[in-house]
This record gives sequence, C-alpha cells and structure tokens, in this order.
Amino acid sequence: MKILVCISKTPDTTAKIAFKDNNTKFVAEGVQWIINPYDEWYALVRAIELKEKDPATILHLVCVGLPDADPVIRKALALGGDEAIRVNADSQDSYYIAAQIAAVAREGNYDLIFTGKETIDYNGASIGGMVSELLDLPFISLATKFELAGSLATVTREIEGGEQTEQVGLPLVVSCQKGMAEQRIPNMKGIMGARSRPLKVVEPVTADTLTSVVSFELPPAKAGVKLVSADNPAELVRLLHEEAKVF
Amino acid sequence: MSVLVFIDHSAGQIKKSSLEALCYGAALAASTGTTAEGILLGTVSQDLSELGCYGIGKIHQVASDTLNNLDARVFSTVLAEAVRSTGANIIVFSNNLSGKAIAPRLSARLKAGLVSGAIDLPQVANGFTVRKTVFSGKAFANVSIHTEIKIITLNQNAFPLTAGQGTAQVIPLDIKAAAPDVKTVSATQSSGQVPLTEAEIVVSGGRGLKGPENWGMVEELARVLGAATACSRPVADAHWRPHNEHVGQTGIAIAPNLYIAIGISGAIQHLAGVNRSKVIVVINQDPEAPFFKAADYGIVGDAFVVVPKIIEAVKQLKGVA
Repeated sequence: MKILVCISKTPDTTAKIAFKDNNTKFVAEGVQWIINPYDEWYALVRAIELKEKDPATILHLVCVGLPDADPVIRKALALGGDEAIRVNADSQDSYYIAAQIAAVAREGNYDLIFTGKETIDYNGASIGGMVSELLDLPFISLATKFELAGSLATVTREIEGGEQTEQVGLPLVVSCQKGMAEQRIPNMKGIMGARSRPLKVVEPVTADTLTSVVSFELPPAKAGVKLVSADNPAELVRLLHEEAKVF
Repeated sequence: MSVLVFIDHSAGQIKKSSLEALCYGAALAASTGTTAEGILLGTVSQDLSELGCYGIGKIHQVASDTLNNLDARVFSTVLAEAVRSTGANIIVFSNNLSGKAIAPRLSARLKAGLVSGAIDLPQVANGFTVRKTVFSGKAFANVSIHTEIKIITLNQNAFPLTAGQGTAQVIPLDIKAAAPDVKTVSATQSSGQVPLTEAEIVVSGGRGLKGPENWGMVEELARVLGAATACSRPVADAHWRPHNEHVGQTGIAIAPNLYIAIGISGAIQHLAGVNRSKVIVVINQDPEAPFFKAADYGIVGDAFVVVPKIIEAVKQLKGVA
C-alpha cells in the first residue's frame, strides 16, 4: 500500500494580507508560513492513521515549491511520512501544479492520493480533481470520513445539507476536509526523526500554465457597525427589514 | 462559440446555485455577443423548457438515470463530449460541491483554464479576466485565462437570480456514459432544513451560548427567518453541534445575504468563512469582541435576553407564530 499526500505552504491563518508592486504580489515579508491546514489536519493526519493501522504502508509527501518550502515540508515529516518529494517549481496556476504532482504520482505508482480540499491562499479547490483526471483515476471530493478494507475504500463526502457514503476501489484520489481526522501536534521523536528522513528534490516536468493572476485587491472597508441598544432588540429587526432589506 | 452552463440537481430538483449560474451564463453571453445554453446530466421532475426564463435558449440533456448520481470521472468524460458537440467555448459551473468535483477534472481533460470562485462577470475588453475571492475571502484576485476554452465556477449567492420570460428548447444529447466508479451506499439529509451553502440567511452560535442545550433559541430564530443554522469552530470541536455546521476558514465558507452571529467573538479564522456575507449582525456581551469591527449591525448584550426578543419581533413582523 502506497499513499501520496499533497501538501502546500500557505500563510498562517492570522497573517496580514497585503499586496505590493502595484497590487501584483503578496507581501510575504514578516509572514509566518504553515502547512495548508486542510492538507495537514485532514489529509496528512488521516494518511498517518492509515499507516499506523497497517505499518507496511509507505507514506510519501509531495510539495510543489521552491527551497523556501523546505521548513514546512520538514514540519509535515515531523508529523509522519517516510519520505518527501519537493518539485522545484513555483506557480500560481493549478493546472501546472497538478501536472507536477501527476508526474510524481505516475513515477511512484501510488494506491491512494490525498489532497486537502483547497489551499487557504488561492482557494482553488482544483488540485485533487485535476490530478485524478490527469491520472484517469476515480475522485471523491470533500471527504469527511475515509475507511479502507483491502483495496475497497468507503468514503463519506459532503452533499448539500447532508452526507453521502460511497464505495470505490483503489487506486483513488480523495480531497479531504473537516471530519477526516483530528489535528495533531508533532512530538520530539517525530521532529528528530524528520531530519533523517529523505527530502528529495526533483526538477519540474514541462507543463503549460493555463491561467495567471493579473492583480490583487483588498475588499473595501466596512462603513462601521451600527449599534442597537440591548433594551430594544425590535429596533434591530426593523433596521434589518426596512434599511438593510434582508427579509 | 457559446456559453454552456452545467445544471446541477439532486432528488429531482435543480439547485438554486445552478439557477444563479444560468443567470450568470446568460449575462456573460449577452456581454460577449453569443448565446447561453444549459447542460443537464440525468433527469429532473421539472419541465426544462421553463429554464428559458433565465435567458437560456437551449438546454441539452443527457437523460440517463445513471447520471443522477455524481461520479466525477464519468461526468467529466460526458461533459467533455458535450462541449465538443455543442462547440461551447466558455463553461460555467456553480462553485458548489458538484462544481468543485467536476470543473477541475474537465479543466484538465480539455486543458481549459479554470477560475474557481468567480464573483463577477469576466472583463473581456483586453483578454479574459475573472475576479475571484482569494485568501479565504480576505482579498480578491483578477485571474486571466489564456486558453481558448475557459471554465468558470461561480460562487454561490454572488450573482443575482432574475427570472424573465422565455422558453428554452430542450435537446436530447446522445452521449454514452461509462459505468460509474463510485457506488453510493447511503445518504443522510437533514430534512426540512435549509442547506447551509444555499441559505440566504444564516443564524450562527458560538461558545458564548455556553452549551448545546441552549441552541433552542438559535434554531427558533432560524425557523422564523427561514434560515440555516451554523456554528463556530470551538462549538463543532466540542461536539455541541455537528461539524457540517462549522463555518470558518477550516470549515465551510458561506456568503448569505444576512449572517447573524450570536456569542461568537469573531476570530480572524471565523471571519474568513463569513466575510463575504452581505449583511453581518453581531450579538455579543463583550463590547470589545473583534467581530463588531466586521459587523454592519450589532447589539452589545446578553444573548439569552436579546435573542428571544428578536424572535418575538420577527414573529410580529412576519405575522407567524
């Protein structure tokens, strides 16, 4: 059993979002970088749990990024994983990134590929679907539970207003969200072990870029809150009805 | 050259988010001097010609029962065939759960550039640029698509749903669907409730409500407003509420017309999931709660006193019991 988990480096959830160079670049100075939470808490931790259940499982991580992604990859290895592969490239285009991951996946012949449901910076929610198409594998998106019996996966995914449980055979690509696993904190043994585990760097394959970011914008500032006295909540209802016209 | 809109449905009903996508597709076609058409895989109970009222001339239908259940690989194969046979060059999905499963696959299959989470019509004067939310709603990006075929997924509640007059021509498409990879074992749907991502009004509770036993008034307010209920992350983590109600950066991102936050302090991660709401109301005992800075209306006060009075006032306004 071989599992590949796709991880991405993103700004910390509390990072200040600002842009420079005529609003074309994210201000990365002073930003703390983390493993994209969906990749870490749900995809990676669930994969680690599967390996704990079946220690013969081989667990690899893949990240498309420049050398500045290495600390985040080491942090992921401290949680678990036998080996990490960094594709030495930087891109904002999801097709380009998916093509890199698909190349790594073809090489490693994985049974199961996990991604987070989206990154918290570009919010594309595209990598899992694109990788599955490039590899011509089944894809289950937005999974909240994942169980494995032999080569048959039972996956629960979100549907509008509920959940649906589905069965599908491996190999398979799954995008993971809340419910898959609980967040873990790396322990000292993991952190020490991560240093000795291989972090392989491979050069990117040739792939096209289908989209590009032209510019960023910050949303207009709110006008400010209109406070209503706690003694007169009916006034709030009147304002929402007559002024904001929301019901 | 035409705009092709994917029409998503479940249990025989077309989803509201897809009607928004149809309106968006019609407006996009009007602005680029082409026509908008729809594509529906599977069968619905509604008469599809009625969708003409959203400005759609033709609805293509692959009426196979096996397509009533989403299988991302099968859907992308069938849709790729439909794009070829209709000659569409712009494909629009709702950025809903099905859109997130299918659009990236179709993008890779057709090698067509994808912008997911669009909030506006594209700028077509100089190239083809689509505005989308990034950084979990904390910013926007203008993304240019370079390929001849373009795919857009439209955020929910980002484009107005307007119906006019008109009848669409329904055209059966004969595309053979492969056997699905995925077998559905079971499905649970919270009946009678408004799905969170489709809701126009959302009432949400946080740790300030002290325990799951106090959710009665949240549910009651949601009921009288016809709203969906939601919660903050600590509430879902403490299992006071199911995790599919968790809105925020690591939960579900929503953009209703009205978001009412009760007893939620408004941590930046929570705001990331709700900051696209059109109107935000915050009810919190703590006047220093950061959420007030992001709110349009607020009451500083005890939720246990304030919320029942709001429920009474809404009932009076709507004349309901």
